[in-house]
Amino acid sequence: MKSLLANEKNFLIDKLQKEVLLLEGYKPATVGKLHLPGLQTIEAAFPNGIFPLGAVHEFLTFEPEHSAATGGFISGILSGILSPGGVCIWVSNCRCLFPPALKAFGLQPDNIIFIDVHRERDVLAATEEALKCNSITAVIAEIGELTFMQSRRLQLAVEASKVTGFIMRNNARRITSTACISRWQVIPQPGAAADGLPGVGYPRWQVALQRVRNGRPGNWTVEWRAGKFAVIEESRFRLTINKHIRQAG
Amino acid sequence: MYIWIPHLLTDWLEVRKPELRGRPVIIRCRQHGRVIISAANTAAKKQGIFCGMTEADAKAIVPGLQAFDEIPGKEAQLLNAIGEWCIRFTPTVAVDMPDGLILDMSGCAHLWGGEEAYLKDLHTRLHNRGYDTCIAIADTIGVAWAMARFGGNGSIIAPQQHTAALLQLPPQALRLEEAVLERLRKVGFRRIAQFAGIKRAALRRRFGDILLQRMDEATGVILETINPLQPIAAYEERLACLEPIRTATGISIAIQKLLYQLCTRLHNEGKGLRYAVLRCYRVDHQIISTEIGTHRSSVNTDHLFKLFELKIPLLAPGLGIELFILEATIVEDMPPAQEALWRITTGNMESAEVAELIDRITGKISGAGISRYLPQEHYWPERAIKATRSLQEKPGTEWRCDRPRPTQLLANPEPIQVTVPVPDYPPMLFIYKSQLHNIKKADGPERIEREWWLEDGELRDYYTVEDEHGQRYWLFRSGAYSGNRTSEWFIHGFFA
Repeated sequence: MKSLLANEKNFLIDKLQKEVLLLEGYKPATVGKLHLPGLQTIEAAFPNGIFPLGAVHEFLTFEPEHSAATGGFISGILSGILSPGGVCIWVSNCRCLFPPALKAFGLQPDNIIFIDVHRERDVLAATEEALKCNSITAVIAEIGELTFMQSRRLQLAVEASKVTGFIMRNNARRITSTACISRWQVIPQPGAAADGLPGVGYPRWQVALQRVRNGRPGNWTVEWRAGKFAVIEESRFRLTINKHIRQAG
Repeated sequence: MYIWIPHLLTDWLEVRKPELRGRPVIIRCRQHGRVIISAANTAAKKQGIFCGMTEADAKAIVPGLQAFDEIPGKEAQLLNAIGEWCIRFTPTVAVDMPDGLILDMSGCAHLWGGEEAYLKDLHTRLHNRGYDTCIAIADTIGVAWAMARFGGNGSIIAPQQHTAALLQLPPQALRLEEAVLERLRKVGFRRIAQFAGIKRAALRRRFGDILLQRMDEATGVILETINPLQPIAAYEERLACLEPIRTATGISIAIQKLLYQLCTRLHNEGKGLRYAVLRCYRVDHQIISTEIGTHRSSVNTDHLFKLFELKIPLLAPGLGIELFILEATIVEDMPPAQEALWRITTGNMESAEVAELIDRITGKISGAGISRYLPQEHYWPERAIKATRSLQEKPGTEWRCDRPRPTQLLANPEPIQVTVPVPDYPPMLFIYKSQLHNIKKADGPERIEREWWLEDGELRDYYTVEDEHGQRYWLFRSGAYSGNRTSEWFIHGFFA
């Protein structure tokens, strides 16, 4: 009897939660449509348990190594949400991205249009313009600073068009509050080659979901393995970093 | 229509130096060691000076003669300038060296309310700018030329009446050489009517082919063509305004009208616009222009107007714009758009929305570089991709992913200091930007040879290395090991 009541209570809370989300602008999730293959654990941290499209995600990077890792992670996400032939736009004023590498993350590099501008405010202007166009799937922008007002403008643009925005803040000197739906940080981690073979192994990152609106922030270790994400359990991960043996080959 | 400017050079001098007005002025040039007069103004001619006279003789007749040296090529320059100015009267203007302009005014005169008003407006405007002109309108270039010079100023020959008008003129009106004219004079022909009825064979025998050719050109038997100053653009729309336009709203209405006309025409012919130039002719004779480009041929008036709208603040209308010309300089075939039953939400590279978005961004942000990358069959990393501006171009070859490639590639490899235990082994540590990285794991080497048929230089041995923090780098050693020199190491990229 007690458990029945508790069940009913949980059900009610769940229902209320969904109503609140609807009021906040989250569309009810389509059942069974996950956007990130292999990242169910992370996707569960988002409201309704679905990675939100049509929103702006913010990624903090401080070093070029972090940018490289973040670029890889975003490409992996994009390969999951991009339909065949879908178009992405990459806006930057200091781009070092090497397009052929994206193929390894399941993206077709010729489906990306790169926009290179000289000034940082032009990056924002181009990003906003691109986010308003509903014919493209996603916009990735490399921006140094992002104020609340600027992020709000981007958020308003995506709310109408349902384009997904990824902001890579490659020089985040001050972490200000923004209107972005989530804030991530992707840091490279020592990889582990399969079965102790020598060599570098698969790309592995520590993915920190530092802030997520109406969700649960978290920290995971993620690997890109054979064309999809894989979340690594903590114990196995600890085992590999303690192994300080130089392997070369 | 022919405009003869008899005193082109001296008129120009008088415009430049108003104090010369009304005084005898000549332009002199050296010919075979003599200084002779090449042009004289009306005041000088009245006192008996003619072209070809030596300067010394002229100075003897008129003591206060103002003489100026000839500037080579000045006539052509002046005629070109006047001709370009005349484009407001008709799009087809040609220069007739050394002192005339030919205007094809078919279909233009009604805008001025008839040929007389047209001629008068042109004459007055040129007169106000200081140029004395003799203008004639006729069916053929030859007769217009003749009437301007010999038929009195402002003569308008009615359609089909040009032969009759020509017959009354002296043989000089046929644009003949001096030798032929001399022969005609010897025979006693004073007017064209006197020999126009003679058999052609007889005329040819006596005076050569040129006389018959000139007569045929004048009567319209042979069609004479002109070289317009500005070749007529295939896709051009003009909008002349009754009142000069000065406001942004006015300009945008003009652009919308022109775009509508142009796009309708392009659409009917199955073409699309890729590049367009808008030229605005201002009241103060300045021409201001702006241009737009699209990434995909388009006849979407709204979209093209949006691109122009961004440029309107850059147009300075001054005292007002009296004529707008919109020209599609680059036009491409456009496949007919398929009517879609339902709206596809996600576009691809071919969709018009994406192309329009790119156009908007390039219009809004000056200097924005738009590029896509296609694979190329080269192992050399810098050459592995090819940038293209086209949105439609398909990759000619597959993207390779069998070799590890970094997500971030430095534009130029940066030198690093390394410690290497054994030759051809990956380094133990490296210093980049004065930071020490201990290498824990490494892959490689992947040897990439320089493409000797394209450039000279050292080969590269690439290593994928991971430091103690798990950060992955792409390093290479330039050149193979050799005993007598230390090899150089570089960092070229960052792996994800």
